[in-house]
Amino acid sequence: MSLHILDLVQNSLEAKASKVSLNVVEDLAGDLLVITVRDNGRGMSEGEAKSVVDPFVTSRHTRRVGLGLPLIDMYTKLCDGRLEIQSQQGNGTTVKAVFRYSHFDRPPLGDMVGTIRTIVIANPSLDFNYCHAVGTQSFSLSTREIVEALGDVPLSFPDVIVWLGEYLKNNLARLYGGVTDEND
Amino acid sequence: MKTIEDLKRLREKVEAQTKLRYETGTRIIVGMGTCGIAAGARDVMSAILAEIARRKLEDVTVSQTGCIGMCEKEVLVDVVRQGEPRITYGKVTPLNVATIIAEHVVNGRIVEEMIVGKMD
Repeated sequence: MSLHILDLVQNSLEAKASKVSLNVVEDLAGDLLVITVRDNGRGMSEGEAKSVVDPFVTSRHTRRVGLGLPLIDMYTKLCDGRLEIQSQQGNGTTVKAVFRYSHFDRPPLGDMVGTIRTIVIANPSLDFNYCHAVGTQSFSLSTREIVEALGDVPLSFPDVIVWLGEYLKNNLARLYGGVTDEND
Repeated sequence: MKTIEDLKRLREKVEAQTKLRYETGTRIIVGMGTCGIAAGARDVMSAILAEIARRKLEDVTVSQTGCIGMCEKEVLVDVVRQGEPRITYGKVTPLNVATIIAEHVVNGRIVEEMIVGKMD
């Protein structure tokens, strides 16, 4: 699932977003997993927003098919959930994927550390906010905060790469009560 | 436990030690469209970051790009050394990363057998 999240953020980047926020809510009491990606990119018209879950609709020029959103749509439906896309031309897009948390077919979140670290380090000028909640615990991270602390030191600096991996691992482990992912 | 304060200390340490020269370094770009991700781009990216950290390469920057239309050759990794042509490697796996970094990024020798394209 963390790969789908990376895919959604890449969509935002293609839409020239300068600000992306990612929210992952593992609502154990409500038995829901809700993943929301909100960006300030170029957005889509109402018609486009309705048609993007069709694999044969894509904004890209290199191929005629786009599988990112259709695959996520399929997974949400397999898990008693839904995919909601809200967009306004020129005003950004919000994609919200809802799953029944305990559904047998719900894919595990997977390597969130790898996904978040990639997004943060490979896009230093992106204003990225990540918020992850599991039950009553939550963790948030903002690229801006990290960049301000670092000053002129780049995000791809060796010690920063190591720090970020550890920082994410520590904090996600805290969310899951001391283990590194939801399945441990 | 790691904290943001660690970064401020790191910054002070780095600023005290080195002349910052990041603008002149090598760029590594990983294809991260749906096709690239499905082919394993995130694992390749993680391997690249691990190698940069392991070798303490301070003048390398990494970034991601979308689908460039050679989906069958993903994972695509571009290496751009300052003043040299942009080299695109195809079908990269985490196992190839150490070779590309050691040969091309560090020593400037292009890994010919993995190239799919060259752009000036």
